[in-house]
Amino acid sequence: MTMKRLINLKRTEARRIFITYSAVVIAYVIFQVMSSSGFLSSSMRGMLVPICAYMVMAVSLNLVVGISGELSLGHAGFMSIGAFSGVASAILMQSTITNAPVRLALAMIVGAIFAAIAGFLIGIPVLRLKGDYLAIVTLAFGEIIKSILNNFYFGVDAQGLHFSMLTDTTRLLKGGRLIIRGPMGISGIMKIATFPMGFILVMISLMVVFNLVNSRSGRAFMAIRDDRIAAESIGLDITKYKMMAFVTSAALAGAAGALFAMNYSTIVANKFDFNTSILILVFVVLGGQGNMLGSIIAAAALTVLPEKLRGFSDYRMLLYAIILIVTMLGTNNAEIREFFTKLNPFRRKEEA
Amino acid sequence: MTKRIFTCALLILAMSSCAFGAPFKLGGTAPLTGGAAIYGTAARNGAAIAVEEINAKGGDIQFELRYEDDTHDAEKAVNAYNALKDWGMQLSLGSVTSKPCEATAAENFSDRIFALTPSASSAAVTEGKDNVFQMCFVDPNQGTASAQYIGEKGFAKKVAVIWKNDDVYSKGVYDTFIEAAPKYGLNIVSDTTFADGNDTDFSVQLTDAKDKGAELVFLPMYYQPASLILAQAQAMGYAPKWFGIDGMDGILTMEGFDKSLAEGVMLLTPFNADAKDELTVKFVAKYKEKHGEIPNQFAADGYDCVYAYYQALTQAKANADMSAEELCTKMIEQFTTMTFNGVTGENVKWSANGEVTKDPKGMVIKNGAYVGLD
Repeated sequence: MTMKRLINLKRTEARRIFITYSAVVIAYVIFQVMSSSGFLSSSMRGMLVPICAYMVMAVSLNLVVGISGELSLGHAGFMSIGAFSGVASAILMQSTITNAPVRLALAMIVGAIFAAIAGFLIGIPVLRLKGDYLAIVTLAFGEIIKSILNNFYFGVDAQGLHFSMLTDTTRLLKGGRLIIRGPMGISGIMKIATFPMGFILVMISLMVVFNLVNSRSGRAFMAIRDDRIAAESIGLDITKYKMMAFVTSAALAGAAGALFAMNYSTIVANKFDFNTSILILVFVVLGGQGNMLGSIIAAAALTVLPEKLRGFSDYRMLLYAIILIVTMLGTNNAEIREFFTKLNPFRRKEEA
Repeated sequence: MTKRIFTCALLILAMSSCAFGAPFKLGGTAPLTGGAAIYGTAARNGAAIAVEEINAKGGDIQFELRYEDDTHDAEKAVNAYNALKDWGMQLSLGSVTSKPCEATAAENFSDRIFALTPSASSAAVTEGKDNVFQMCFVDPNQGTASAQYIGEKGFAKKVAVIWKNDDVYSKGVYDTFIEAAPKYGLNIVSDTTFADGNDTDFSVQLTDAKDKGAELVFLPMYYQPASLILAQAQAMGYAPKWFGIDGMDGILTMEGFDKSLAEGVMLLTPFNADAKDELTVKFVAKYKEKHGEIPNQFAADGYDCVYAYYQALTQAKANADMSAEELCTKMIEQFTTMTFNGVTGENVKWSANGEVTKDPKGMVIKNGAYVGLD
């Protein structure tokens, strides 16, 4: 975001963006220092990368749900496309590009590209719909992506790349490697995802989303969200703008998927099912639609919470649900919100 | 009053003097909630019984067991593993199910914490890791062993297979079964699949098997879909022989399942709760008393894992002050050389890549209980 643009923005908006960036940077610095000085438990250290991935997922879904106002229930599908294409490309590049961070960055770019293509193709039919219909169709596409990946085989040998569907008919030569093995997913992934890379991805996605939202297109998104007919009457191309938001969101989700997958040694398509899509939607709703900082905090809090509740053993998911309900009720209660705005030190006097 | 305090103090003194050194911290992740919870809780209960028995012996080797829930998900399994690491885990029981265990095994490998998984059976769990060992058969072996067993016992010539094509376990067994079938004179007449989400109606698969005249249906899957298959086959009047693998174990303890449906179902599992040897009888009695049900193979695997550790630690003269890394080196040494006798098999040996060698046992369900086939 250029300085000039930042100044031109409404001051409240500029302040909000500034707070979001600085919150992310401060949190990163604190955790990075704690992690390298050994103050962080293994449990927390292990969650840093997935938290970054979920933050990006939440921010990208917020672009679709919060800014352009379409309920998408298949966001995990894009994450899985990014995860599978990213990891597969990282494995293919393993011998040529030995520098792990570079390989990870390239894998995330590949993941983003594939997810963007999928987002575009899915967007063509989906974005002609609206409201509940759109939600149901995105749900269906999420499931379709999962099924396809569960039946997809992809291998490499001396003769090049081989694909097959349903059953493994790749017939690899000796020394070849079957990378994607249908329901068995990908095994033996080199764990190259790191917290700094996760942080960079979070910052990039925030920049992309903020720049987009505060551009001419971003205002078009919101105009369409608020009144579709009025927006159409002044000549806004509804499908084009919706597609722009949808594809951007899919690309970011793809990069997040690649980051997430490369934090584990194995990945299966079933991981990215309907439940994961809903989980990400919960981040967005809890954090506030259109509120990026909220999404980021919600993603971090709801990833850490189940781990912190381990002490309650079998009751922990019950407690998790109760805490979620109480938080949702609390954040939507006008009196409680007012109480928190009063506590806000950044609040300017004239607003009060 | 003073007398009482005195005796109390004496008692405490006595207890602490015969305290047997610090316990080894043994940790594992398992699905304790969710769809696969029956396996996780069984393995945990089995391991807990073994730990209790060993600690009661009062020898030098004592265990402290802790299980964390992984909900059968690789991401949660790594979180659970890290929580155990924070607790100070010295020896690991890996994870109970395959995919989560693949993820935690990679952590075990990089952290140099030795792992012996009770039941994670996919080949990728141990592949390329010198410190991860399995107590159960590796999936590919189950497929070959099933084909061999069916062929050699002459149960059927025409065989149908119904398998789950989005599941690591099912796919692993299916692949090798299909490969081995022709060798043992089996003719696969029907080969149908299902997946998550369409695992409630099996009429298409069963009709196909019936129309093609399959005499035996092979079910390489977990018991939940299998229970529905059995019920739906009965409803359509189709009564072939049924053959399952270790995932079928547990069908009798499933809530709301009509046990008569499973009558005559055969399965290949390393553990036979009906066996008359002393070890098994003792274990089954204790499990029944504590948990009110017959232990399945997962419980037996968990039980054996702890005893295998006990034997290896005794032989290695290890003590609990050793770091996880030291123990890891010692355990690799022991497990690749020792022979273990447990409830899931005699003369159990491990190869250097962590796979186990033992004989599978054929079982059949009769009058609502597992009975040995031989």
